[in-house]
Amino acid sequence: MKKFFSLGLVKGLVYQIIWTAIGAAFVTLIRWILVSRFGFEMKLFAFDRNNVFFTEPAWVVGGVFGVIAFMVGVGAVNDWVKWALGLETPAHPQDEPGWRGYFGPSVDHKVIGIQYTLTSLLLMSIGGAFALVFRTELTRSGLQFLDPNLYNTLMSLHGILMIVSILLGIAGAMNYLVPLLVGAPDMAFPRLNSFSFWIAVPAAVLLLSSLALGGFDTGWTGYPPLSVRAPLGMQMFFLGVFVAGWSSILGALNLIATVLRMRARGMTAFRMPIFVWTAMATSLISLTATQLIGLSFQLVMFERLLGMGFFNPAQGGNPILFQHLFWFYSHPAVYVFVLPGLGIISELLPVFVRKPLFGYKWVAMSSFGIALVGFLVWAHHMFASGMNEYLRVPFMYSTLLVAVPTGVKFFSWVATLWQGKIRTPTPMLFILAGIFVFLLGGLTGPPNATVSTDLHLHDTYFIVGHFHDTMFGGYIFPFFAAIYYWFPKATGRRLNETLGKLHFWLMTPAFIVLSLWMMRVGLLGMRRRIADYDAAMGFDLSHLIMTIAAYVIALSVLIFFVNLIISIRKGREATGNLWQSRSPEWQVPSPMPAHNYPEPIEIVGRPYDYGLEGSVYVKVGK
Amino acid sequence: MRHFVIVGLLVITATLLAYLGLGVVGLLPEQASAQAVTIDWLFNLEIIVLSFLFSLITVPLLYSLVVFRKREGDETDAVHIEGNTRLEITWTVIPLVIVIAFSYLGALNLGEVRRVDPQALDVKVVGFQWGWSFSYPEYGLKSLSELYLPVNRQVLLKMESRDVIHSFYVPEFRMKQDLVPGQITELRVTPVEPGWYTLACAELCGQDHAAMRAPVVVVSREEFEAWIEQKQSEAAEASLSGPSADRGEEIYRQYCKACHSLDGSNGTGPTWRGLIGEKVRLDNGATLIGDEAYIRRSIMEPNAQVVEDFNPNVMPVFGLDELQIEDVIEFIKTLQ
Ligand code: HEC
Ligand SMILES: [Cu+2]
Ligand SMILES: [Cu+2]
Repeated sequence: MKKFFSLGLVKGLVYQIIWTAIGAAFVTLIRWILVSRFGFEMKLFAFDRNNVFFTEPAWVVGGVFGVIAFMVGVGAVNDWVKWALGLETPAHPQDEPGWRGYFGPSVDHKVIGIQYTLTSLLLMSIGGAFALVFRTELTRSGLQFLDPNLYNTLMSLHGILMIVSILLGIAGAMNYLVPLLVGAPDMAFPRLNSFSFWIAVPAAVLLLSSLALGGFDTGWTGYPPLSVRAPLGMQMFFLGVFVAGWSSILGALNLIATVLRMRARGMTAFRMPIFVWTAMATSLISLTATQLIGLSFQLVMFERLLGMGFFNPAQGGNPILFQHLFWFYSHPAVYVFVLPGLGIISELLPVFVRKPLFGYKWVAMSSFGIALVGFLVWAHHMFASGMNEYLRVPFMYSTLLVAVPTGVKFFSWVATLWQGKIRTPTPMLFILAGIFVFLLGGLTGPPNATVSTDLHLHDTYFIVGHFHDTMFGGYIFPFFAAIYYWFPKATGRRLNETLGKLHFWLMTPAFIVLSLWMMRVGLLGMRRRIADYDAAMGFDLSHLIMTIAAYVIALSVLIFFVNLIISIRKGREATGNLWQSRSPEWQVPSPMPAHNYPEPIEIVGRPYDYGLEGSVYVKVGK
Repeated sequence: MRHFVIVGLLVITATLLAYLGLGVVGLLPEQASAQAVTIDWLFNLEIIVLSFLFSLITVPLLYSLVVFRKREGDETDAVHIEGNTRLEITWTVIPLVIVIAFSYLGALNLGEVRRVDPQALDVKVVGFQWGWSFSYPEYGLKSLSELYLPVNRQVLLKMESRDVIHSFYVPEFRMKQDLVPGQITELRVTPVEPGWYTLACAELCGQDHAAMRAPVVVVSREEFEAWIEQKQSEAAEASLSGPSADRGEEIYRQYCKACHSLDGSNGTGPTWRGLIGEKVRLDNGATLIGDEAYIRRSIMEPNAQVVEDFNPNVMPVFGLDELQIEDVIEFIKTLQ
């Protein structure tokens, strides 16, 4: 029992709960003094759905206390505190042995990468389960078992949990892979790395707590004035996203420093594995744009807590301003979600095609092209918002421009496949499906970009289908490919191929059906984010099909989890260069020891020269 | 070379099949406005280009998977082709040109959709949680619950929101426009097909967003005139006969039911049952007796006196006129 409570994670959570209560009590005490001594008129406690015992300010301050306490409890700030007190700490902190190491503040980038990935999978499962619940509700028209408020809350939480899950998933992939791919012993700032991961955990707890605190009914976009009126859960959502933003920003900073400063000898920019390029582009966006979503949410928090009318027209504010601030992050964010996935596609294709990546430099630069143009397109989410009408035209131009660098990637992938010797083990299957699904997502983009057609499509299921395609094609499929591909690197065993193929052949057709049907009903006029639809629209059958497809996807993911659990103990051993890759991490035995390469590696060639007789990319040791 | 010819032919076939297939399935709802015709023209053009691009990627991809599979027992690498700068430039420049052309066409199309007819019929649209109301200033008609429109005449919808953001969307008209508090937004529609349609809110606006609908009826010019006359005489009758609980109930159904119950249970707002003549506790600790003046003030300035355990800034200001307020009070009086 004592051992259980000494786990960093458990200690952190206990601290978080206790300090949330202390923070709330503290604010309530101050308010009580103001009321009893100074005659302020305000409520100390509230017993309605919207506040749940403590009043809102008390909960918010409690939430902040809780996050800080979690970080202290888990031990993610120990070394810094000791340094501040002038104490020495070991230069290479040791993890606790075995699985316990994964529940405490490790500084090994590989452990952190796996921590990120597992947390991401956990959040994905919760978010996915929420989706199944309301997907079931939608099977028939008419309300079946959810009330509209719960529907809205589940739908909103599904959105934000999936987003946080994706952010953690890409952070996991980048953390695990980038130091290995550039030949570094670890990230540039290992303790900051640990901090960035752990702060995402209390953030996730805050997000989930909103379910118990009245929920929120705004979707993950949190537009005011609706979000100003929503129940207390709204504040927990804002706070959770705000804190998760720290994780992104600090993680991105660390990654950029690592790539800039810690590459192996001989690894010039155009000799980096392509995934490193996309990781850089992604991190540059995270580092510079995340602040805007944090800021916009913080402004609404202040509007609610302090009556500052930033977005309230009655007080001279403007609701549309929020949308600009919000989308200035949230559009580039979609490239944060997909660029690493596209990087994984480009990284794995040459291995399984046994041919160089076609137009390496173009593919590398296209990621930066996408990232750059991605900053100039945010208002395409606002064509119907009532912003200045003429703004819509320049944003149409810039949005369509994204098609150009994205097209370069597609053409290069196809050209890589052309005349190859293609092998199709499970990771490659997921890569191919990723390309196809991302193509569907990409092609359904332009109709949303041209203003007049978007006036029909905006806020319908067409958009829902479109972005599920981009997220699955750009993230989910490549992410599963990456897990099947690098699992042996992390564990020395490989995942079961039969179960892997079963996972693939269930998930892919089901997902394609689901997303195409979403777009179909959307084109016919089905609005998004609705708890119920009019039977007269004749969508019942379509929804039945979508619900069945969603359950098949869930089943396939379940099979994937079973595969993970079985293979980690019983999987076939694979300690060598399983995929005959040229990449540095496969030139040494799996699993990787702490501090990675036993001797520094040197880069003496180009990464993807498959089929070039006698070419070498990596030299290990002298 | 042979590969290229086959793939080329397959791409053309696939493009045709995809385009025709989508046409057979039928992607869009009925075209009920002049703007829909314009917008669908652009849709059609996009579907052609997208069918082509879809085929251009998937056909060589599938072809490679079949033709360039690893042969049994062959463990060697494939040919070493690094890239081709000329090709890369081609597939950067051609899409760039297409993209600019589409933006240009898109801008023209938008201009066409927004074309102003100075003779347009003005209609005021008000959105609130969770319903709609329509006024026809030209005819002195206010707060109607259906949107009647004459066919073949442009309507200029001037829209406001009482509370949060909503969005005006009739799929058959192909357009939406948000209603933003503190601002008047406009949308121009020219209905061309008589019929019954449904207006639905397309911007998530809280609990009953899904149910925020209203009927839209497009009728011939004569029928429209007749409907206007009928509504005008109904309004005139109402102002002569004094307050009526029946009309109050009508208003309750339309605007207030979402938050106020009649059966004694509290929802988003307090129940109306037993409101008159009973004690009301306010959130500043004061109590008062519910009377006509209090109800009137609660409707016109909801935040002036907030009932205990309810939140301010929730109840919207509806802009009901004097007669309508009296109707509501008359109705509340019946709820003892
Ligand atoms: C969006 C929800 C909402 C709608 C719609 C709404 N109200 Fe309210 N109403 C409230 C809330 C919340 C309160 C309590 C807070 C307050 O007093 O402002 C309230 C209070 C009242 C009161 C005072 C009741 C009492 O028990 O003291 C009256 C009268 C009233 N509303 C009338 C109306 C009328 C008339 C309509 C329709 C034209 C209407 N309301 C529509 C939310 C709503
Ligand atoms: Cu966007
Ligand atoms: Cu709505």
